[in-house]
Order: sequence, then structure tokens, then C-alpha cells
Amino acid sequence: MRHLLSAGDLSREEAIDILDTAETMSATQQRQIKKLPTLRGLTVVNLFLEDSTRTRISFEAAAKRLSADVINFSAKGSSVSKGESLKDTAQTLEAMGADAVVIRHSASGAPHRLAHTGWIDAPVLNAGDGSHQHPTQALLDAYTMRRRLRAAASRGADLRGLRVVIVGDVLHSRVARSNVDLLHILGADVLLVAPPTLLPVGVRAWPCEVTYDLDAAIASHQPDAVMMLRVQRERMSSEAGGFFPSPMEYARRYGLDASRLAAMPEHAIVMHPGPMNRGLEISAAAADSHRSTIREQVANGVAVRMAVLYLLLAGRSESRPELPLEA
Amino acid sequence: MNSGSLGTEVLGPEEISRALTRIAHEILERNKGAEDVILLGVPTRGVPLAHRLGRRIIQAEQGPQATADLEHLVGTLDITMHRDDLRTNPTRALTPTHLPPRGIDDAVVVLVDDVLYSGRTVRAALDAISDLGRPRAVQLAVLVDRGHRELPIRADFIGKNLPTSRTERVSVHLQETDGRDAVVLA
Repeated sequence: MRHLLSAGDLSREEAIDILDTAETMSATQQRQIKKLPTLRGLTVVNLFLEDSTRTRISFEAAAKRLSADVINFSAKGSSVSKGESLKDTAQTLEAMGADAVVIRHSASGAPHRLAHTGWIDAPVLNAGDGSHQHPTQALLDAYTMRRRLRAAASRGADLRGLRVVIVGDVLHSRVARSNVDLLHILGADVLLVAPPTLLPVGVRAWPCEVTYDLDAAIASHQPDAVMMLRVQRERMSSEAGGFFPSPMEYARRYGLDASRLAAMPEHAIVMHPGPMNRGLEISAAAADSHRSTIREQVANGVAVRMAVLYLLLAGRSESRPELPLEA
Repeated sequence: MNSGSLGTEVLGPEEISRALTRIAHEILERNKGAEDVILLGVPTRGVPLAHRLGRRIIQAEQGPQATADLEHLVGTLDITMHRDDLRTNPTRALTPTHLPPRGIDDAVVVLVDDVLYSGRTVRAALDAISDLGRPRAVQLAVLVDRGHRELPIRADFIGKNLPTSRTERVSVHLQETDGRDAVVLA
């Protein structure tokens, strides 16, 4: 594994290796001294060209807990707002000695371009690109499911036989795409539930089932985990046409309210990648119930990102050239 | 003993067993009993060695009908993330650290490993321990000391001193990990 660009690139063994490493990392985070010397002397650049709070802070915490230096870089207040290209920005970071680049970009494929054009030599970690992929989110979701639903037998296990229902704005969701990929690799059964307007073209070719009716899905599928997606209103311009008649109607048909929560099996967990639109896709009753893993997902995110940074950066780098000394 | 291309067996099952019994008694003698003593095995082969020492210590203290729980005496210490050679090797897999429930604060921690060579593993283990708490003392038990230290570190309890050259390889085989007990010099 040289970069982490898409959850679908991982093999089953690589994915389980990341989750197992994350369990060890998580155990170190219960200690009084959480910092480990593992990545001392390395520099991780957080290149966040799209707004983000939890992912950026989570990557920053993960890198710092492993003693790497972190440089945060956002579009606002940088040369990107003056029109600097991705290539020039990347090469500037490379010249400053970045050992890894964590990139969030509004354009799908930007991390792939950064990794495969030879602009930079450092490993690239995709922290969310457009409506394409968000692999560390899928990994932390899989980690949370494995921890909660496999309990003591979690280490080394996959998610075979688990039934996961993913509900909401699939069209704009990189979280949904990454999760469908990774859950399929780990052997879980995935059912997508969304209004027809919020399903992308070609969704029938994904390795999952698709339906429009949430109540029927909960009743017939008996899910082990229900993952609510954020309605991404910032990606829904009125010119693009309305995706649903009104927020109230969306909440009534696709929101996770108290009665749908009660219809779920006793052991099933409620997940949400955050930030939540309370009252729209998820009710306060569901978000704050003991079956909600939403805060756990945030904590697990740090452990999973520590694991990914460890696996990409701790070992020998194959061909990282020394910078030529200036004459 | 048997030699040839597979190397010379320098310790067999009986010798390993006697060395461990002696080390167990030395640990008890030095620390005036097993109170506050915990054994931390360094993966991979330090872990089964720590368990064997733990069983011998419990037997020596309580006789054959010993009831004490091994889990309260023996733990595992993963040192991978504290190594100084991570960058020069392929990525190593992590193993979980398990501590006895009392923790290591104010305990006498006996580190257990199979071979003492450069001392760098022990250096990493000392760093890992200081992140976990503050033991009253740290001691080191090894099955084989083969010399060639690169750091000012020595063992407190040694199964066998084995003079070697740097080109030789010392491999420890244990029933739990390799199916037989032997120390082989090749």
C-alpha cells in the first residue's frame, strides 16, 4: 500500500490489517500518555481545499499522537485563493519536505491526480474528494461496526453476514460510495435506501441492493447497523432542481425518528458520519440514544487514521530521493 | 549434539527448562518474593518465555496446588512503535500490549526476551514502559546473551551466555511458536 485513495483499492487482508492496527492504536489512546514516538521527524501536510472540521482535526490529532509534525493548509488564506494550481501547491509542499499529504478537495479525483502524476513523491491520503471517496471514513465506520457487533472476537474478523442499511443522500455522498466498497470487501450485505432523485446514475451496478422505502427496508432487512447520511444542502442548488419537495416530507419518509428506531432489532446500532442535520435525516431521539455510535465514530476516527499513517509512513520508503543540496 | 548445515544446537529442551527454573528462582531471590513483581514478555518469543517463568514463580511460591492467576503476574509489551529502526525496515505488524490489572506503577517490572544482542530492543522497551507508568524498578531476563552490545545495557537474569561472532545467527525455537524447544547457533 503506497497511497490511500479509495476504499475499493484495498484487499480484504489489507483492510483487516488496518482495522487490527487501529485496535492497537486505540488501546494506546486509553493511556495517560497518549503520544507515541513512532513518526518522529516526519512532516504530514493537511491540504484541505474544502471545508472540514472533524476530518482535519482527526488527521491532525492522529499525526500528532504519533509525534509527526503537522502543517495545516487551507484554501482560505493561502495562495490557492490567488489562483495557484494544485500542481504548484503540491510541488511547494514537496520542496518543503512533506513526508505525506492528506488532501481534501471538492473535485472528485484530485487525490488520484496528486498521487499519479509524479508531481510529488510522498504518500497521498484521500480525506474526501468531491462525491467520490472518503476511505478513512469507511474504515472508521467498519471499525465501529466490528467493535460493536463482533465485540470480543473483533481482532482479525471481517464483517461477513452483517446487514447494513445506508439511508439518505447517496447521490452526493462519498461516504456512501466508500462504505459500499469497503463493506462489500469485508463481506457485509448493504442495502441503500434513498428517494429516486438522490440516487446516482448507475447505482444498480454497485455491489449492493437499492430500495426507496425505509420502513419496508427496516422491517424486511432486520439491519445490524443503520447509517444515516447527511443531506448535503450545500451541494443542492435550486437551479439544479429540487431533490425533494420539502424538508418536512424528507424527514417524514427518510428521517430516523423514534418509531423507526423502535422498529430496528434490539442490538442494531445507529451511525452518522456527521455533521448532523438534527430533525432532517436524524431525530434527536435517535442521535442521542444509547444505540447511537456517533461520538464513538469520532473517537475511532483518530485510531483508524493513526493506523493508516503508521502503515503508510513507518516502514522503509521505497524510493524517496534525498533533496539535492543547494550549490 | 546434532550439527551440520542447520547449525549447532547449543541448548535443548531440558537445558532451556532448567535455565528458566533457575531464572525464576533468581527473580524471587533478588526481589524477596513475587510481591509487586510483574513479568512483561517482549513479542514474539519473550511472551511464551514470560508465561513459563510466571508458572514457575507461582509454583515456587505456592507449591504444586498453586491457585494464583497467571494473568496478574504476566503481561505483554509491544515495543514496535518505539523502535529506532522502523524507517530502515518494511512496516512491522503491531501486537497488542496487555498489562496485569494492577498496572506497572510502583511494580518491579521484569522484561523477558529471548536473545539479548545490540540492546536496542531493550532500549525501546524501556521507552515503552516509561509511557505506561513509573515502575519501582525494571529488570531484564533473557534466555541467551550473545554479546555485541551497542548500548550501555545489561541483563539481570541470563539463561546462557553465548559468545558469538556478528556473522553468526542465534535462533530460539519454542514449543508455543515453533513446535520445539531449542537454541540453535548457525
